[in-house]
Amino acid sequence: MDKGNQATAQETARTRWLTQAPLPRSYSDYVGRKIFRFLMTVHGLGAFALITFGVIFTKLRTARSVTTPLIFHELARSGLRLLPMFLFMSAALGLVVIGQTVSWLTRVGAANSFLGPIMVLVVVRELGPLFTALLVLSRSGTGNVIELGTARALGEVEALESMSIDPVHYLVMPRVIGMALGVFSLTVFFIIGAILSGYLWAFLQNVPLRPGDYFEQLARALSGLDFAILAVKSFLFGTVIAIITCYHGLSQPLQLSEVPAATIRAVAQSIIACVLVDAIFIFTYLLV
Amino acid sequence: MTEKSKANSPETPIIEMAGVAISSQAYPEKAVIEDINWTVRPGEFWIIAGMHGSGKSDLMATSAGLFPPLSGSYRFFDHEMPIFEDHLVSERLRLGLVFEGGQLLQNLTIRENVTLPLRYHRPEATMREITDMLELTGLKHHANSLPAVVSRSWHKRAGLARALVMRPEILLVDDPLSGLDPRHAHWWVDFLRELSTGHDCMGGRPLTLLVTTEDLRPWRNFDAHFAILQDKRFTGLGGQSDLAGHAQPLVKELLAEH
Repeated sequence: MDKGNQATAQETARTRWLTQAPLPRSYSDYVGRKIFRFLMTVHGLGAFALITFGVIFTKLRTARSVTTPLIFHELARSGLRLLPMFLFMSAALGLVVIGQTVSWLTRVGAANSFLGPIMVLVVVRELGPLFTALLVLSRSGTGNVIELGTARALGEVEALESMSIDPVHYLVMPRVIGMALGVFSLTVFFIIGAILSGYLWAFLQNVPLRPGDYFEQLARALSGLDFAILAVKSFLFGTVIAIITCYHGLSQPLQLSEVPAATIRAVAQSIIACVLVDAIFIFTYLLV
Repeated sequence: MTEKSKANSPETPIIEMAGVAISSQAYPEKAVIEDINWTVRPGEFWIIAGMHGSGKSDLMATSAGLFPPLSGSYRFFDHEMPIFEDHLVSERLRLGLVFEGGQLLQNLTIRENVTLPLRYHRPEATMREITDMLELTGLKHHANSLPAVVSRSWHKRAGLARALVMRPEILLVDDPLSGLDPRHAHWWVDFLRELSTGHDCMGGRPLTLLVTTEDLRPWRNFDAHFAILQDKRFTGLGGQSDLAGHAQPLVKELLAEH
């Protein structure tokens, strides 16, 4: 057999399983179930998000003496109380980015020229907002699902309804507003911390760069679009995480034993949603 | 007569159910009670008895408008229930519901639980009203405690106080005596009797009351309307005088001294 025929035979053997269709029924059922469940989740999340936005726009000023403290409580939980951890993580990120950048750029003698632009590219545009969103998800988002899932399982949602209090207004709206503001504020602090710690690590690695030059590089690399996208992106991350975690806590009657599974689903879907939102903004940068 | 004036007319029944089927909270597609034809008029006191799992809590939840009926027509003060419209919130607030377990919000203290509906719907309410209600229900000493550190008996009372602070015209109480010690049980029976005849906390106005129970004995001397839930049916038994000699085996069982 010549080499051409051998290759064809191997190719045929590799693709033979495709010709053995139909595959066992259980395979198609499994895929079908997954697709159906995915579509149901997208449908449910979309409906829940629309209801939430509707309530925010129509009832923002209703019962403010009740909802305003709840918003501040959520802002503290998804913002202020996480600040020490965020300052530590921002210092660590500054070290990672600047440490790696300096070690590579020193080889081409350009360490002192590109630190600012690289910080903007890596920290301001990408890692800062995404990292913040994922940390808030791990600390407060999971708490949302557990709290709301438990409240649902214990009948607290029905108790609110019996008092003619809209559960979305009382339980979801403060969390969405508080978490959106919290993620935005933490992103700003996180980026400032990473930029400052980045210079500290560069200084400790003997990079010949004065603080003024470093900040000038940062200012030159930043544009108005960066600030606008940073704000929109971080608000969106907070909103998306709050809506997905609240949805999984509240959307269906839960038994207490189902709360951990709901938390896992919420975390996985929040991560995917944040990455998708981030991808949209990467396209924005490519198009502009 | 406009719809609003009709709803406020003293002759208008508070609850009017025609051919209503009620679903189970656990299995929303499954009917637990079927074909309910029931009218509740202002000032009436209804005791609805049934065994565990007969649908008492589902009846209370549906009557309170938490769930729509599976079928049939349910009108509350001449409005189709459940009421979702924001402009009809005041109509919904004419009804108070006391859950079997109190269903307090676990992250709020007893006082915060009791004041929540007032702060939400009537922020101008005074602290005096709240303190009076806490004193009346014996909750003053537990007011600043979280529900987790207070016994279930007090949860029920907090649920009652939370419903009463909004001054409802009809109060639905789901199995108030279950799991209570005799002292708490006597307090509930006496307090509900006072509410039905006109308590000072309600301005002396007799409150329309619907109470579910698994045991008819504590209620047999009440001047009330009695009904039982059995085999997916809601059956009216009549008044106090009809109760003692009733032929229904379940009624005899629920009245029997063990």
